[in-house]
Amino acid sequence: MIELKHVSKVFETAGGRVEALKDISLTIPDGDVYGIIGMSGAGKSTLVRCINMLERPTSGEIIVDGKRMDTMSPAQLRAARRGITMIFQRFNLLMQRNCLDNVCFPMELAGIGRREAAERALTLLETVGLPDKAKAYPAQLSGGQQQRVAIARALATNPKVLLCDEATSALDPKTTRQILELIGDINRKLGITVVIITHQMSVVKSVCSHVAILDDGEVVEDGLVSTVFSAPKSAAARHLVFPGGADITVSDPTQERRIRLVFRSAKTTSIPLVARLATEEGVCANVISASTQKLSEEIYGGMLLGIPAGQFERAWAFLNRIENLSVEEVSVDVQ
Amino acid sequence: MYSNLFSPQSVAELTAALQTQFLPAIWETFYVTVLSTVLATVLGLPLGVLLVAGEQNGVLPLPRWLMSVLNVVINLLRSIPFLILMIMVFPLSRLIIGTTVGTTATIVPLVVAAFPFVARLVESSLRELDANIIEAAQSMGATPMQIICKVMIPESVPSLLQNFTIALTTILGYSAMSGIIGGGGLGKIAIDYGYYRYKYLVMYAAVILLILLVQLFQSVGTKLAAKCDKRLKNR
Repeated sequence: MIELKHVSKVFETAGGRVEALKDISLTIPDGDVYGIIGMSGAGKSTLVRCINMLERPTSGEIIVDGKRMDTMSPAQLRAARRGITMIFQRFNLLMQRNCLDNVCFPMELAGIGRREAAERALTLLETVGLPDKAKAYPAQLSGGQQQRVAIARALATNPKVLLCDEATSALDPKTTRQILELIGDINRKLGITVVIITHQMSVVKSVCSHVAILDDGEVVEDGLVSTVFSAPKSAAARHLVFPGGADITVSDPTQERRIRLVFRSAKTTSIPLVARLATEEGVCANVISASTQKLSEEIYGGMLLGIPAGQFERAWAFLNRIENLSVEEVSVDVQ
Repeated sequence: MYSNLFSPQSVAELTAALQTQFLPAIWETFYVTVLSTVLATVLGLPLGVLLVAGEQNGVLPLPRWLMSVLNVVINLLRSIPFLILMIMVFPLSRLIIGTTVGTTATIVPLVVAAFPFVARLVESSLRELDANIIEAAQSMGATPMQIICKVMIPESVPSLLQNFTIALTTILGYSAMSGIIGGGGLGKIAIDYGYYRYKYLVMYAAVILLILLVQLFQSVGTKLAAKCDKRLKNR
């Protein structure tokens, strides 16, 4: 289990104080795939680096597997880091070493014998699907292949935690999917806790079971991916779930009120709601945004409707009669 | 001065010099240059590593005052003109070699002049390295020494080889200058036999040989650096 308790990080820069993390408390259960999502500059990379102490938090506690990370001696910390490995956006392989030696590297650091390390490295290269690239140099591989080597390297010291810092951001969508599948496989087969830092919704949706949304150094929402994404409460979360449009106020609040709908099953998504509102109730709803998405094997739909103020009561009553639909009024200025 | 450059007498002098003087001179220049570069590297490489690793955000932070002292000493040694430096280190040459004249004695001023230069070259090579790679090694629990020996230096080898080649050719130029204070080699031939005795053809021949040596060192160095670099695809 990874616990962050009231973690803050302040950078003193030439331009003044920058509060990168503000009083963050999170609990990441063992064996989970935990996503931390946010826009660039939200503090995601700083947060993940606090877990393995590449960044020292200004205040707060970090506990991994029952051990306080922030009070360890340098030697204890080095030993602990073998159990918390990391993969990166730019892969960060040693360019002058071949793939086998790259995978051997953390074992070499840990003092494992050359032959034993090479044997394990070969097995790991097989695990990540690159058994024939042992003698190739990173520059000869594609981005996706390099990330696979980096994953093999990260698994070399039998870690309990794998931190992924924007690990798929430099990859194309197809390769991203393959790498995420691999990470999911590793999580299931080896029971490694995975923490994924990303700015891509699709990444969180496809592999994570829990998510925390980070905005301007704060966790604005966290919980099960299906809960957070099906009914996003914070502006930052809504911005991620309904990219483009949902936050734009187009109407006069005295003329139009807003209703957010969340559909929880395929049956509900097939009801022609807007048409029925018009024909049965005579309500002319304005669709501000709408989307459907698959979260943890279930279909979710979200819709934001603008209802003329005079017809609001009728629409509200009609919508509340429909099953598996959550109805919520949202104020026009706080989307 | 140049009117009788190719007079029969000049040609005869050159032929004589080529037969008796040039071969040992080339060897002397070669050995002084290579030995000085090796010794300058022995001192300059660790110093260059300290300049990068010892910074406040480096892998092995050193006290600020120590870093300032290192930088001042390096800049100081680098700012003394080589001709003056050669004379200034006479006591040191006498202490180490026992004499101040001769080919071997010039190795001392050459090393003193070159090691701060090598340190700066090493510094610039190591700074080219992507900081993310060092961070990755830290995330795997590498010690500062492991990062220096297994990441920073090996990952910089192609750039280091390029820079050592620059050092080698610079030291070759300096070694020719040491002909003035009694050092051997092609510089001595160019100055003592060529310039001072008005045998300009001999002087030019020595210069041409120096040029060829620089070309040789540079092309071998460049090829070696490229051959070592695994970042270039399809090797």
